Amino acid sequence: MSERQLGDTILEVNNIGLSFGVMKVLDDISFDIKKGEIRSIIGPNGAGKSSMLNVINGFYHPQEGTITFKGETRKAMAPHVAASHGIARTFQNIALFKGMSTLDNIMTGRNLKMKTNIFWQALHLGPARKEELENREAAERIIDFLDIQAIRKKPVGKLPYGLQKRVELGRALAAEPELLLLDEPMAGMNSEEKEDMSRFIIDVNDEFGTTIALIEHDMGVVMDLSDRVVVLDYGKQLADGVPDEVRANQEVIDAYLGVPHE
Amino acid sequence: MIYRETGQFKANYADDQALFPIAQDRYVVIAALIVAFGVVPMVLNQYWLNAIMLPFLIYSLAALGLNILTGYCGQVSLGTGGFMAVGAFAVYKLMVAFPELGFIPLVILSGLITAAVGSLFGLPSLRIKGFYLAVATLASQFFLIWLFNKVGWFFNYNATGMITSPPMTMFGVIITGPEGSPMAKYFLVATIVAVFALVAKNIARGRIGRNWMAIRDMDIAAELIGVRPLIAKLSAFAVSSFYIGMAGALYFAVWLGSAEPTEAFDINQSFLVLFMIIIGGLGSVLGSFLGAGFLVLMPILLKNILVDGFGTDSALAAHIEIMTVGALIIIFLIVEPHGLARLWRIAKEKLRLWPFPY
Repeated sequence: MSERQLGDTILEVNNIGLSFGVMKVLDDISFDIKKGEIRSIIGPNGAGKSSMLNVINGFYHPQEGTITFKGETRKAMAPHVAASHGIARTFQNIALFKGMSTLDNIMTGRNLKMKTNIFWQALHLGPARKEELENREAAERIIDFLDIQAIRKKPVGKLPYGLQKRVELGRALAAEPELLLLDEPMAGMNSEEKEDMSRFIIDVNDEFGTTIALIEHDMGVVMDLSDRVVVLDYGKQLADGVPDEVRANQEVIDAYLGVPHE
Repeated sequence: MIYRETGQFKANYADDQALFPIAQDRYVVIAALIVAFGVVPMVLNQYWLNAIMLPFLIYSLAALGLNILTGYCGQVSLGTGGFMAVGAFAVYKLMVAFPELGFIPLVILSGLITAAVGSLFGLPSLRIKGFYLAVATLASQFFLIWLFNKVGWFFNYNATGMITSPPMTMFGVIITGPEGSPMAKYFLVATIVAVFALVAKNIARGRIGRNWMAIRDMDIAAELIGVRPLIAKLSAFAVSSFYIGMAGALYFAVWLGSAEPTEAFDINQSFLVLFMIIIGGLGSVLGSFLGAGFLVLMPILLKNILVDGFGTDSALAAHIEIMTVGALIIIFLIVEPHGLARLWRIAKEKLRLWPFPY
């Protein structure tokens, strides 16, 4: 995988520092994500991986450092701005709209593509109807892609865990993001489900050319999927490089396996 | 057997996204409309139209409004009575000032005024949620009623502080105030309610409705996929208040004829409408009608059975009525917390499989 041609830098974070009160959650983190790559962020529990994603999509506002996305440098942005610039994400603990059907969840993911005003929507005629049908078609393409046709009208709250994860991926894909942030997409899955999900991630990357930033604990998956890996521990950046480099890094091994105390 | 989708194939997304994709649902709705506009006015006498159908329809409209806010967008409000008062006073001032505009445009205008007021009182929802928001909207209820009692301009400085609906006509028939014909009033209100029920259904199934539900179900995730909480919440407050304002306008101008803010629009109204949507079903257009029907019809039914059937003393009957309705609400919430609309849905599921259990 490492011989793949990577594009220009799409996202660059520089010297990010984030603290909650006296707790330093992220300390001087800098890395970049190139267009079209699968970039993993790994690290032990509490390393600050999810916080890093929250910083990227504007949910946390770092006290220090800058984020450059598609050439625009900023300190922080509101989540809906990040969304409109093409950043989508999934969550570690599924954050689906439980009362809504699979289809409605995915259609909500397309809300930024829809523009008609409330008066057309009230009549459900003309542009509103046209827009609804066009977006339905796009949503159906994602439903086909993820092979979830059978559950499209089911309320997602009642679906099994693995399928909920898949629907959540679908909702993020529906926005046609340029950068997709996946927060532990395979947590709590069995090996078969993990294989399916890995396949979907590779396919998304391949077919849609979506850049992916991935947090995952399963090292086998991470090392197989990623183009490059960044390692965090206690908010500090331990390593950054291709999987083989990272695997051989002594500090990373220490962080994962522990250091013998003399 | 009766309620079966088998054989109803959808060849395109337009059919699948239709208002009622299943043919049997369409027949039921068409039948309901025929009954509402054809049979009911023929069969029912003036008492029934005036004392039962009018409040049922007007409360349905108010419940629909609150359901948009609470059921679809998840923002609890106890300000319904206050917003109904805004609609009532708006339509009163407009009827006195611009009678030439015609009644329906005035009702819609007063709905729009209420929408503006509602969005203003919806601003706290951007910061606070749940019970705390309910308390904040409670403040709007008390403030608005106080305002309409204190500021003479709203009731044109008359001595009683009451507002009385001036008679207005439509197609030559008086439709407001006590002189109006119940039949004409019924047709007017039924038309408005039917049209705006359709509008609510359309909004709820489109982008705006989905954004509301997204905010209700998981506001953080909604924000991260580009739903703006500010716009989603305030639009829910605005649309909801628009409906409630129209309901208030009809309640005052068409049904009551004259109203006094402290009595007609007090906190009990807010609770009544909230109970309607809880019993009817949160997040369901049908549920708004079922809940309103239940809470409007049940007391009247009980009273008729007790007083006319058993000859109970009417004061005692009133107390039994309150107790029974209270008990029924509790029973309902235990047996089916998702309301009457859910029962209807379960019944449909069963009908799809009948006569086979699996």
